Amino acid sequence: MKVHLRLLRFNPETDGEPHFEEYTVEADPMDRLLDCLHQVKWRHDSSLALRRSCAHGICGSDTMLINGVNALACKVLVKDMKQPVTVEPMRGLPVIKDFIVDMEPFFAGYRAVKPWLIPDPDAHEPARERIQTPDERERFDDTTKCILCAACTTSCPIFWSDTEYVGPAAIVNAHRFIFDSRDYGSRERLQILSGKGGVFKCRTAFNCTAACPRGIKVTKAIQEVKRAALYDTF
Amino acid sequence: MVQVHHYDAVIVGAGGAGLRAALEAGKRCKTAVVSKLYPTRSHTGAAQGGMCAALANVEEDSWEWHAFDTVKGSDFLADQDAVDIMCKEAVDSVLELERMGLPFNRTPEGRIDQRRFGGHTRNHGEAAVRRSCYAADRTGHMILQTLFQQCNKEGVEFYNEFFVVDLLLVDGSCAGIVAYELASGALHVFRAKSVLFATGGYGKMFKITSNAHTLTGDGPGVVYRRGLPLEDMEFFQFHPTGLYRLGILLSEAARGEGGILRNSDGERFMERYAPTIKDLAPRDMVSRAEFFEIKEGRGTGPDRDYILLDVTGVDPEVVEKKLPDITEFSRTYLGVDPLKEGVPIVPTAHYAMGGIPTNVQAEVLRNHEGDIVPGLYAAGECACVSVHGANRLGTNSLLDLVVFGRRGGVAMAEHALGNDLLDIPDDAHKPSQDWIAWLMDGESLESSAEVRTALQDEMWDKASVVRTEESLAHCLEEIARLRQRLGRSKVKDRSKIFNTELVEHMELGFMVDMAEALVVSARARTESRGGHYREDHQLREDDHWMKHTFIYKRDDGTTELGYKDVVAGRYEPVERKY
Ligand SMILES: Cc1cc2nc3c(=O)[nH]c(=O)nc-3n(C[C@H](O)[C@H](O)[C@H](O)COP(=O)(O)OP(=O)(O)OC[C@H]3O[C@@H](n4cnc5c(N)ncnc54)[C@H](O)[C@@H]3O)c2cc1C
Ligand code: SF4
Ligand code: FES
Repeated sequence: MKVHLRLLRFNPETDGEPHFEEYTVEADPMDRLLDCLHQVKWRHDSSLALRRSCAHGICGSDTMLINGVNALACKVLVKDMKQPVTVEPMRGLPVIKDFIVDMEPFFAGYRAVKPWLIPDPDAHEPARERIQTPDERERFDDTTKCILCAACTTSCPIFWSDTEYVGPAAIVNAHRFIFDSRDYGSRERLQILSGKGGVFKCRTAFNCTAACPRGIKVTKAIQEVKRAALYDTF
Repeated sequence: MVQVHHYDAVIVGAGGAGLRAALEAGKRCKTAVVSKLYPTRSHTGAAQGGMCAALANVEEDSWEWHAFDTVKGSDFLADQDAVDIMCKEAVDSVLELERMGLPFNRTPEGRIDQRRFGGHTRNHGEAAVRRSCYAADRTGHMILQTLFQQCNKEGVEFYNEFFVVDLLLVDGSCAGIVAYELASGALHVFRAKSVLFATGGYGKMFKITSNAHTLTGDGPGVVYRRGLPLEDMEFFQFHPTGLYRLGILLSEAARGEGGILRNSDGERFMERYAPTIKDLAPRDMVSRAEFFEIKEGRGTGPDRDYILLDVTGVDPEVVEKKLPDITEFSRTYLGVDPLKEGVPIVPTAHYAMGGIPTNVQAEVLRNHEGDIVPGLYAAGECACVSVHGANRLGTNSLLDLVVFGRRGGVAMAEHALGNDLLDIPDDAHKPSQDWIAWLMDGESLESSAEVRTALQDEMWDKASVVRTEESLAHCLEEIARLRQRLGRSKVKDRSKIFNTELVEHMELGFMVDMAEALVVSARARTESRGGHYREDHQLREDDHWMKHTFIYKRDDGTTELGYKDVVAGRYEPVERKY
């Protein structure tokens, strides 16, 4: 079948402003949008710039605004898209070229919450593994799924307007450690997250949960971190 | 404009192997990681199944049993000294990952849980053993995330979206690398006392593969073009359960939980090929069985070109809970509900056993006599130690990454601390600069995208699951033609900022080299062993072929082969029956 695409293009070396360009490609209803974009790149305009790698929703490279909603281009099928398919770069991060945005502000927010295990400073390095019960492990399972694709953060209206806000993905990754029974860094993290760029910026718009390609309950995680920050409930 | 950087250690690649090495080297000396992808985009994140180690957390186990399984699985082509090291150090490597924070699944007592996986047995084949440590069906994702977290904690320096194009050698020793920065189009020379390649696999040369678009063999390609050998390139693993058309991997766990493979007659055909363990036979055997079923007209579907993976007999709760990937991938990409009907599958190009030859310190070998290139290291899927021989066992690659990534990181730091930077000429970047200038100059008479598709089709048809002298000879001629066509193809996009067409073009060049090395090596090996199956030489021939293939590219473009004996050990070759 034919697929009509409207792609928001921007080449920093020649264009003053982003502009839409239209393409028609031949595709199977079961093809991914990523396959269609490859067709454009390989048959029509080789300068089309996008990031991608795994092509099956695992690496988090190809988040785009697809018909107005953030999604991975490799996880949306032709048969499920309304035509013409409008594709734009994700919002809230500086566009470098076509669908490639500057991810550094996103990762800066991520790094700010110290997303790594902070072990008990008083305990000796255990000789074997640390003990953790299946229930303790289950407690933070949902937030370990994050692939740092930025679909949540760049669908958040607060993140678009407030450059201080670390954004949902950073909070998800803080959650992953705050609720890990082996971690002793929650106090530091919650101090950061109670601050100006932290969790209390969230207005529970739920865009983030809807956008997450991994099905993570992002808003719920944020609520749990808010509660932990208020009442020390971790 | 060229920028020059100075480091003790430079690591190329930020997947499991590269990050594990970076943690070791970074502790000891000034280290940088140079990667064409942002680290968390690396394909290590796609690994589902798990990582084996004889922790004996749930039942009796020993590293010797693990070693036996690995050697047998390799069809006796693995070097047994290296296998011993890997299986022994597996235990500490897993515990170390736990201490870094990796969220393994747990036993009721709170220890790391373990489960069964194809080919892993107790007491030399007696029965399946629970040896695979796992984190749901996201083990690779968790390894990648955990190592990346630790690198951030330790402040490891990253150069992301830098595409490495050349290796600098001075009098046969490593002096650094050259990389192309995607964001600016600038070339960077990284002078380094030691360099480690960890660039992953190269399955993208096949039409159907579980590998990412970016797995194109750049690392082995760069090394090979500098006159250094590649080892055992003919051995490529085809996994029996790739999603039809797409090649996306459905984990072995599906069959582990009771999934059955059926042909168009609904027959459980594996009963004919491996009467004892049937659908759970090793990957190479099942892939071949599928290939022959399809070839003999017993494939399913309108074109009779796929097999069905049937999990409808498995408890639906087990499917939803333990096989969420399968359900999700089949529903998303094929619109098939595995609870109700069979999932269309085909063999998929999965794992490169061959690669850059190294010894057990991850030092790169310059020849089949075993001499090394001082300062040059390799680890992970791009390397060949060889612990996987002719066929890798499931869960042994993630293990390989962390064991030899760690060893490589330590060894490269020690080398760096004991040696000086080598002097390089001012124009060391010149070959890279000329290459790029040539690609971006003049009119393109061929489309590189078409060359890529033609290569992938040809490799799939002629050099994949089943090979013959005739098919390989045909393939080699086609590769030569494609190389010429690629020579007439130029990069049409002349921009500097994120010129991904240029990157894809260079990747395709490396892929052509990998394909040629694979086919030449495969044609010379007139036996069948592990992942390399010759319909015209169906038997394994231990009298002649207990040796590793080394292939070299000479300056005039011709290839040359050499052979190195397999390192023997406790286990004598026996027929691999299942
Ligand atoms: C779907 C799937 C499932 C799997 N499941 C399992 C499993 O359950 N258990 C198991 O043991 N194994 C499994 N494997 C195999 C295993 O995951 C891989 O072999 C392993 O992850 C490879 O890791 P790596 O670090 O060598 O390379 P990768 O993780 O592929 O990383 C390669 C790195 O090299 C960089 N790079 C490449 N080229 C260049 C260049 N030119 N310049 C700069 N950087 C470059 C990339 O940016 C990337 O960071 C699976 C593989 C697949 C595909
Ligand atoms: S929480 Fe979901 S949407 Fe947000 S970065 Fe992680 S995977 Fe992407
Ligand atoms: S390409 Fe990896 S998530 Fe889409």
